[in-house]
Amino acid sequence: MKQTHRILRKGTLSAAVALVGMSGLGLSATAQAETLNIVSWGGAYSMSQQKAYHEPWMEMNGDEIVNIDRSGNALAGLRAQSQAGNVTWDLVDMLPADAMIACAEGLIEPLDHDALLADAPDGTPPGEDFVDGALGECFVASIVYSNIVAFNTEMFPEDNQPSTIADVFDLENFPGKRTLLRKPINNLEWALVADGVAPEDVYDVLETEEGIQRAFAKLDTIKDEVIWWEEGAQPPQLLADQEVAFGSAYNGRIFNAMVTENQPFEIIWDAQVFELDGWVVPTGKLDKVKDYLHFATDTQRLADQAKYISYGPARKSSSQFVSTHAETGIEMEPHMPTYGPNFATAIPKDDEFWADYNDELTQRFDAWLAQ
Amino acid sequence: MNESAAIDARQALPQEADTCFARFIDVQKSYDGVELVVKGFNLDIQRGEFITLLGPSGSGKTTCLMMMAGFETPTHGEILLQGQPINGLPPHKRGIGMVFQNYALFPHMTVAENLAFPLEVRHLPKAEIARQVDRALGMVRLEGFGSRRPAQLSGGQQQRVALARALVFEPELVLMDEPLGALDKNLREEMQYEIKRIHASLGVTMIYVTHDQTEALTMSDRIAVFNDGVVQQLATPETLYELPENAFVASFIGENNRLQGEVVEHLGERCEVVLDSGERVVARPVAVGGVGTRTTLSLRPERVALIGDDDEGRYDNRFSGIVQEVIYLGDHLRTRLQLCGNDEFILKTPNAEGNASLRPGQSVTVGWTWQDCRALDA
Amino acid sequence: MSQSPSDTLTTADGVPLKVSLRRAVRRSKFKALLLVSPLLAFLIIAFVMPILDMLWRSVDNPEVSTRLSRTVEALEGWDGESLPGEPVFAALVADLREGQEARDLGLLSSRLNYEKSGMRSAISRTARRLGNLEPPYREALIEINDSWGELSTWKLIERESSPYTLSYYLAAMDRQLSPEGEIVKVPDYLEIHVALFWRTFWMSAVITGLTLLLGYPIAYLLANLPLRHSNLLMILVLLPFWTSLLVRTTTWIAILQSQGVLNDMMVAIGVIADEARWQMIHNKTGTIVAMTHILLPFMILPLYSVMKTIPPSYMRAARSLGGKPILSFRRVYFPLTIPGIAAGGILVFILAIGYYITPALVGGQSGRFITNYIAYHMQTSLNWGLAAAIASILLLVVIVFYLVFNRLIGVDKVKLG
Repeated sequence: MKQTHRILRKGTLSAAVALVGMSGLGLSATAQAETLNIVSWGGAYSMSQQKAYHEPWMEMNGDEIVNIDRSGNALAGLRAQSQAGNVTWDLVDMLPADAMIACAEGLIEPLDHDALLADAPDGTPPGEDFVDGALGECFVASIVYSNIVAFNTEMFPEDNQPSTIADVFDLENFPGKRTLLRKPINNLEWALVADGVAPEDVYDVLETEEGIQRAFAKLDTIKDEVIWWEEGAQPPQLLADQEVAFGSAYNGRIFNAMVTENQPFEIIWDAQVFELDGWVVPTGKLDKVKDYLHFATDTQRLADQAKYISYGPARKSSSQFVSTHAETGIEMEPHMPTYGPNFATAIPKDDEFWADYNDELTQRFDAWLAQ
Repeated sequence: MNESAAIDARQALPQEADTCFARFIDVQKSYDGVELVVKGFNLDIQRGEFITLLGPSGSGKTTCLMMMAGFETPTHGEILLQGQPINGLPPHKRGIGMVFQNYALFPHMTVAENLAFPLEVRHLPKAEIARQVDRALGMVRLEGFGSRRPAQLSGGQQQRVALARALVFEPELVLMDEPLGALDKNLREEMQYEIKRIHASLGVTMIYVTHDQTEALTMSDRIAVFNDGVVQQLATPETLYELPENAFVASFIGENNRLQGEVVEHLGERCEVVLDSGERVVARPVAVGGVGTRTTLSLRPERVALIGDDDEGRYDNRFSGIVQEVIYLGDHLRTRLQLCGNDEFILKTPNAEGNASLRPGQSVTVGWTWQDCRALDA
Repeated sequence: MSQSPSDTLTTADGVPLKVSLRRAVRRSKFKALLLVSPLLAFLIIAFVMPILDMLWRSVDNPEVSTRLSRTVEALEGWDGESLPGEPVFAALVADLREGQEARDLGLLSSRLNYEKSGMRSAISRTARRLGNLEPPYREALIEINDSWGELSTWKLIERESSPYTLSYYLAAMDRQLSPEGEIVKVPDYLEIHVALFWRTFWMSAVITGLTLLLGYPIAYLLANLPLRHSNLLMILVLLPFWTSLLVRTTTWIAILQSQGVLNDMMVAIGVIADEARWQMIHNKTGTIVAMTHILLPFMILPLYSVMKTIPPSYMRAARSLGGKPILSFRRVYFPLTIPGIAAGGILVFILAIGYYITPALVGGQSGRFITNYIAYHMQTSLNWGLAAAIASILLLVVIVFYLVFNRLIGVDKVKLG
């Protein structure tokens, strides 16, 4: 009750402010300017959103958009704000696994995708236009990104460059330090693929105790050569400094280092673990952000984002509009995770598996690290 | 310079070694290289002597003591102990007992442990240590206090413990740095007596630093009066009091009436001085130049007499003054007079019959002999 | 004891003296209370309440008892030997239906997933398919997810049906309840917390020791140098306080990393080969070096304040009594500084135990503290119950240290500046 009152009062107040504003500027009542607090990942990724979504929207609409770089702990933040009864975030960029948990806890709004989202230019409804898994109960994806391993081409002779995930685990033919994410996610999948498990069977094997042991045993073979990273900016840096030969990373970061800094990196697309990333709406904020959400997830906007970062649009209809990199003008398509040759052995990250096993496997992974 | 002085001192040594227990030879000390706090200190100390260094604070007396103890090194000059130069000897090898201003009893040790410390560091057997500690406690009359902590003792008791600790290892020389400063008057007098008694019974040599002239007069065999880094006079208490050699000593030791004037006639052992207020005074020239020099006349208040009608002619100097104030002090009276242009002239008279009748405003005649009136430096 | 006469004393107008005194004092007491009340309120809000909340969360267990209330009720009297009957499954369906409508099954599934991996998807999958579910529910639920056919699932629900639980504390100590209800160690491959606790304690002890070793001479100089010099030294000691913790920590990264200043110097003067650079950061060494530096002032200041009160005459007395310098120091000066050592030691140790930014930045894998795990559970795994349990254990350890300290040294002897 109290909460509603406060919102009502706040509503009246902002309406009054808007009225005052209107009399001066002659705007229509529906277009009252607002401030949107949008939570995202920061860095090059937030910059691509700024260029592709925020700036056009602000220009069109007069709203102000505040970027908050808190997606790394978005679930904790949503919980804390909800418990404190003071939700300040209006729209949050998060991973689908976290979105599932937040949705089950009632922290974010369930979304009626066909009603909220724009149709494709040819009239295809959103439910059909988005790629598989892109539309969750409370989630709408904007990009497909990929966890890959990259290497510094200068660290290996020209006639002996690595090309598969098994090469990452092959210290004999490809010696040198590796840097990997300090989490079980991706590493366990890659360990199994390198050990001969077919990409499509990875999660079935991981659900068994033998499978987990097999994955850790494979990781054991390179453990001494691994530097563990925690921040997305670390692996490109370590690769550039030649502190490591291989590094697992988000493909967009490697792409950026390759095209804007001319680093001699190459991505091993074999066994890339791809997943989606997109928007959720904190409970109670749907009315405030639904126009923006409609705009930011339409076909053109998703295609535009690909000009700035090599993450694939989550809409099938966007692919045809993906063109060239905004700064360097290079063709973007071969750098996308979804590009045919890159995608052949791709592993779709199993969010449900990780929702179930992340707690246990993280503890196990930490204990393994501490050994 | 330095070196040659030291060599001279050593060469001068043999013939004096048997009489001199400790010597300061031309000792100078500067902390900052700009100012000397001790300027050429010389002192010969005989075995068993009680020497006091007396002076106002900052006069350099404590610095001299600390140089003897080894906590400060002389900037120039030499200190000898039993004929040996000790400038390079660290404090713990000097074997000198020391009592500090605030006793410096180790607060985390009991009284007995405090007393045992100097014996333990000399590796005495346990039984011997216990015996010595008991003996030392007995000497300062603190039997049974061995297990207490210093904080559980009164100031006087702490003082005794500090004394016992400085003596327990039987040093031949004991230094005391204003040891009674923190005690109240009664206790201080009692301790003065106590220290004297111990000094007499043990026969140790003591160097005592104080700024309290009464204390110095009561206790010492000889007193060195310090001012401004220089010894003003080194003498026995009687000599210092009766025959001060300069105005500083005269004013620092005991009470003193001062009259300013100019020497008009110098007749060997007597001189005549015309005061600034015009009166002529006959005095004993001690530290004055010839006729025409300025001088300060020093006159002890108890040597000034009230002159009745019957004793005319006994005093060389007779003047009349006006009583300003009378202070009753039980056994004697202090009377402040306006006399010879000085209204701080003090007269000290025994509380004898007839003397107690002075009233402010009354006019009186006083007189003194020329021997008691010392003409000193201006 | 007989009553003292003062009990019956009265003031001139016949009011008992004690009553009159109390009245006179009450006003000043009230004033004093008024003056401290802002601080008191602040302490209660910012300190006492969060700690109580933390203690509460470490045992609070509302998820099963509130969200599966029908199931828990139906489970009463279950023998635990075989799968429960249809009524229990029907109750579960009713509970999940209600939860699905209210959209608050998330915490329940997280809670059960902590204890048994797979419960999160078991509940979310089941909840999604409740719509067209027909009785008999038992077969239908087992069909949807195998977990419902496992005895351990039901034992877990029964076990966690109490509104309070010790399982967070068990997890914090690397223990768990076996299906038979006994406390047993978790499998080797999951053991992590106890080892981290020990590492936190011994590394904090090493850091405390190093700060003492480095801080003692500095404190001595501070207390004994002439004011002019000691003021300058004091500024140098305090300088780190005016610099951000992050800056100080990252400075150490710049100095110690393998391409860092120190390694470069060592290579340049030929002490080590270029390819054999020392690994001094992102391991225990890094944590110890950086934290020793950061915590040094907390050792120096209490030591200094104690040393400042020790007159130089004590050491002089000891020397004049025949003590060699080292012996005099050991027997006289050092014992007098023990309250300072104890105060600095307990302060640094307690601060070190609670540090987490520095170990996180320079500790790498081997230099991490238990506090980093608390942060992980607070921010990433969101297992706040476990975070609270670990933090509560840490709080308990600190309190025990404090009590031991108080017993041995006495808090009243501690001066902090």
